[in-house]
Amino acid sequence: MNPLQFCLLVSALLFSIGFAGAVTRRHAILVLVGIELMLNSANLNLIAFWRFGPHPEALTGFIFVLFSMALAAAEAAVGLALVIAIYRHKKTSNLDEVKELKG
Amino acid sequence: MTLFLVITAVVTLLAAVAAMSLRNLVHSALMLAVSFSGIAAIYLQLNAEFVGFTEILVYVGAIAILIVMAILLTRSGETPEHSVLTSGWLAGIAVTALLFTLLGWAVLSSSALPAAPAAPPRVTVRDIGLELMTQYVLPLEIVGLVLTVAMIGAVVIACKEAAPAPAVSPAAKTSRPPTPAGHPAAPVPAPAGAFKKAGAA
Repeated sequence: MNPLQFCLLVSALLFSIGFAGAVTRRHAILVLVGIELMLNSANLNLIAFWRFGPHPEALTGFIFVLFSMALAAAEAAVGLALVIAIYRHKKTSNLDEVKELKG
Repeated sequence: MTLFLVITAVVTLLAAVAAMSLRNLVHSALMLAVSFSGIAAIYLQLNAEFVGFTEILVYVGAIAILIVMAILLTRSGETPEHSVLTSGWLAGIAVTALLFTLLGWAVLSSSALPAAPAAPPRVTVRDIGLELMTQYVLPLEIVGLVLTVAMIGAVVIACKEAAPAPAVSPAAKTSRPPTPAGHPAAPVPAPAGAFKKAGAA
């Protein structure tokens, strides 16, 4: 197995772990944590392809990861604010009890 | 593929599994920080030092703390007694297994991957800065705008629900200035004090 395949497998495993957490855990914050893990695995993919690709001097994957991190930070801030707002409104952050969009 | 890379990857994956399966949310957030540190170590070994340090700054420094703050603000720091899984968790696990099988098969059987690893690129911060300031300057500005909008949006969403009422009243006050008697005691205490002082005088 060459290093690129190894990195891609690690990234796929990380994505699966994050996905499993996001779809099976009941707490809203854990779902956001799973989404963060999935975003990180995508970043790892980009870095691996940049490092082992044919043109690593072009820096495209590298810059893409920097932008992706900035957007992930924005997503985390808004997502956690939504969790706090839902908790304040419904007094729960259990996703099985937050079923309707109507307040 | 060095041994250290394998060890870092194993630690990262185990920490991620622990973060997703521990019952106590605070422990889960701490394991998430460990997992992020492991990913940063993987970046360092892939010659992406700048991304590795950015990962530590953004994820371990900011997002992990943000998650801990959210856990404490929603009072979910203690271990729950009931089940922590959703009702359809078995289907979720099945879909995850299918997804990983598909991804792993695609990675292991693909012929499009470059076989021999290229020579390690030498990236300096100067190169990154030049790229960001010349070729990617428009995306950089847009990301700055998106971060500003997200920050304002997060504050607006997370602030108290009673807050929109005072936020509306100054706009209403400016839209119709000649009716201060319409809201006698509503918006600001300063005009009332001014009226009282004028009446006393």
